Amino acid sequence: MNIDHPNVLEVEDLGVSFDGFKAVDGFNFYLAQNHVHVIIGPNGAGKTTVLDLICGKTLATAGSIKFKGKELRGSREYRIVRAGIGRKFQNPSIYENLTVFENLELSHPTGRGVIGCLMFRRTASIKQQCEDVAAQIGLSDRLDTEAGILSHGQKQWLEIGMLLMQDPEIIMLDEPVAGMSVRERTQTATLIRKISKDRSVIVIEHDMEFVREIADRVTVMHLGKILAEGSMEKVSNDPKVIEVYIGH
Amino acid sequence: MGDYTSEELQSIFIMQSFSGLSLFSVLLLMGLGLALIFGQMGVINMAHGEFMALGAYTVYFCSHLTDSYAPTFGPYYFIFAILLAFFICALLGALVEWAMIRHLYHRPLDTLLATWGLSLILQQTYRSTFGAREVTPTLPEWLMGSYNIKEGLDIPINGMFVLGLSIVVTIALITFMYRSSFGLRLRATVQNRKMSAAVGINTAKVDRLAFSLGCGIAGIAGAAFTTIGSTGPDSGSRYIVDAFLVVVAGGTASLLGCLASAFGIAQAQSILEFFLEGTKGKVATLLVIVIALMIRPQGLFPSKVRGH
Amino acid sequence: MQLLFKTLFKTRGEALAFGGFLLLLLVILPLALPVFRLNLVGKYLTFGFVAVGLVLLWGRCGILSLGQGVFFGLGGYCMAMFLKLEASDPITTAIQSTPGIPDFMDWNQLTKLPLFWEPFKSLPFTIFAVFILPAAVAFIIGWAMFRRRVGGVYFAIITQSLALIFSLGIDGNQGFTGGRNGITDLRTLCGWDIRSENAQYILYFACVVLLFTVAMGAKYIINTRLGRVLVAIRDREDRVRFSGYDVAMIRAFIFSFAAMISGLGGALFVLQVGFMSPSIIGIVPSIEMVIFTAVGGRLSVLGAILGCLIVNFGKTTFSEAYPDLWLYLMGGTFISVVMFFPNGLAGLIEKIPTSKENYQALFARFKKTASTPPTQKSTPITDEH
Repeated sequence: MNIDHPNVLEVEDLGVSFDGFKAVDGFNFYLAQNHVHVIIGPNGAGKTTVLDLICGKTLATAGSIKFKGKELRGSREYRIVRAGIGRKFQNPSIYENLTVFENLELSHPTGRGVIGCLMFRRTASIKQQCEDVAAQIGLSDRLDTEAGILSHGQKQWLEIGMLLMQDPEIIMLDEPVAGMSVRERTQTATLIRKISKDRSVIVIEHDMEFVREIADRVTVMHLGKILAEGSMEKVSNDPKVIEVYIGH
Repeated sequence: MGDYTSEELQSIFIMQSFSGLSLFSVLLLMGLGLALIFGQMGVINMAHGEFMALGAYTVYFCSHLTDSYAPTFGPYYFIFAILLAFFICALLGALVEWAMIRHLYHRPLDTLLATWGLSLILQQTYRSTFGAREVTPTLPEWLMGSYNIKEGLDIPINGMFVLGLSIVVTIALITFMYRSSFGLRLRATVQNRKMSAAVGINTAKVDRLAFSLGCGIAGIAGAAFTTIGSTGPDSGSRYIVDAFLVVVAGGTASLLGCLASAFGIAQAQSILEFFLEGTKGKVATLLVIVIALMIRPQGLFPSKVRGH
Repeated sequence: MQLLFKTLFKTRGEALAFGGFLLLLLVILPLALPVFRLNLVGKYLTFGFVAVGLVLLWGRCGILSLGQGVFFGLGGYCMAMFLKLEASDPITTAIQSTPGIPDFMDWNQLTKLPLFWEPFKSLPFTIFAVFILPAAVAFIIGWAMFRRRVGGVYFAIITQSLALIFSLGIDGNQGFTGGRNGITDLRTLCGWDIRSENAQYILYFACVVLLFTVAMGAKYIINTRLGRVLVAIRDREDRVRFSGYDVAMIRAFIFSFAAMISGLGGALFVLQVGFMSPSIIGIVPSIEMVIFTAVGGRLSVLGAILGCLIVNFGKTTFSEAYPDLWLYLMGGTFISVVMFFPNGLAGLIEKIPTSKENYQALFARFKKTASTPPTQKSTPITDEH
């Protein structure tokens, strides 16, 4: 373990099976603080399932998920979120008929209970935070725009912004640059590098150029298991990885 | 139960089980139609009971015609009436799908409400056409009477007929679903609608046929119903909640589950109804199902498709 | 005060509409209608309590309950039990074989008041029960189901079954509940004759004021963060969950709140109409309450209340004149509202075009509105563990 970058998330021996089909099996994964850790692998390798397991969307059938030493396996989704793990979905999942500002505000962590919701007031500091995040994701001038009419790339950023509002320690992004233009990809890479200064990021991605740009560490998955792990240099020269990618 | 001897109890159980089998047959036929539509389109047809009543009225109408114009045809008309009930209901079903359901696609709750509006209209139509009083078709001789097994134990023939009919329909439906090309297309659409459309399946047509088939089966249920009870404008609505629970408790979309839950619900209801006066047997059965569904909402046989 | 006003009303038009409505109910109708008709309006308004609950639950949060009659009935029966006990004092019921118990119990050979009736001798307890009983029942049911991700069509069917169970259960236990006839012949509330003209006026005004208070409560919820979260849950359930909200709890709360105000409506119904019976709370009345809401506008508090008044007024006048046509009209109205005007009357009023261009825009949007309503999930069980 690195002293500068202690592990925030330790996933050990994680597994899940759907009616006997092991979608993820014996999965070990250590996420270091302030690292961008990318999971790659061919379709059906179980990447999205891993995210589902960590965030509680799917319940694991084996193994443990420890966040800063605390077991998360079996917790309900909202508790995992409140503990400090945010997750972005593959397709942009935002509130289309609310404005960008309202989208961000709704993601602010104050008042998430029933009473909290009733008592919630838009204070100056919350307003400021929304504006700060909007600046980070490049949507400062779109605050009053209805989210549904944003471009695809902007929607992706907005969802990342909604995660940032929660100020989580871990952010999980499922294919954040799918469907983006080259320029948007570069901007997203910069954004991810920037946000990883204060937190750890798990990214699932297919685009190798993009992975090369952002990854501190890469895990390669194949058929629910780990095939290789290490720096991008290391895994891209691994004969097993090459075989899986070329073989397919 | 203290007042009965064990011999009497045994006979009561056997006879109530048989009366339960008649209820089972009607619930099964209702449930199959509902499950087919629900599994295919995610739509609950609140007017399903009225389709059943339409089937029953069709039989009554045929009986009336036979009595008036061709009394010699009496013994045979019933078989034709069942087929006619199927086709009339299927036709109306196709019409309803075309006029209403397809526009409400992706809005399952609104579909539910719209079909309820339809059920009001149908009920009033029956009332205006056939009157508010319950009607009974003249049943052919061979359906009457009962088969005496021993002293105090009579098995009614109409009950056996209804049971046979529902088994035939179930087998036919299963064969149709798993052996015909339409069945294949239907199952493909249920699994992946977009993909099915992409490989050239006309999903709109499949929807219409599925809805129409489900309504047709409700028509058969109605025809079967005439042999065990009389038909009124609101006959269908009396069975609709039971039929919904059959589908939900069976684990939607699962024909096997539908069979099992229709059997369980019908038997529990008819045996309890004997010992508990009035509606208490029904209340007890429904209450148990609803509580069971709160604890295990996926039903008996959940579909095993991965959630995402 | 000004802040509260701003929270309640987003636009001046909205505040004016509410003001006008209040003027109609509190001044114009009492002056224009004889007390018998006014009492009828009061009865319709009690359904308004249910409709306001449905706006929150169904319109905003996307949960369709076809069993709101159960909660209306729970509140109503609590009130009716209290009034019945008061009407069954030993002197009035001296001719019974057991004096001092409600008449229907005597007819059913009961010789002692059932235990669960005892607390309803107390008015404070009854008022407490009117609010808490429906809310608690709804919370337990809601919590059990929403935690298991039951929603959509499933929830509708299960709540409908509850309405059937509840009405059949009351129907079948005549000795304890009054059975099919219900609890009838209610006379006084703590000695005050509720059937007098004077009392009917007072009860009508009380009903209007309480309904207005409940409506303001609902508007408050809609315009706070909770209201936005409800809509967000309806449209993007998973995102809300992964923003750290306890979706099941919020749904159970809103279901429970809707049940509570429905119970209040039921209690006011009993006070104004003077009886309670299973025919008012079964499957058909429960779904009719959804119709009122749909016709008036499932998203609008004021619309839903208006819907109750209009549909019921239509029902009374029309079904007297053409009883055969009434069901056609009702069914037809319902189908067309659901298919073409999913936001009901309120949705139409909001869209009243002011110029020719707007008319054209309206027609252009017509198809779109009809086909893009709030997304509702058809599969309630999103994942099976």
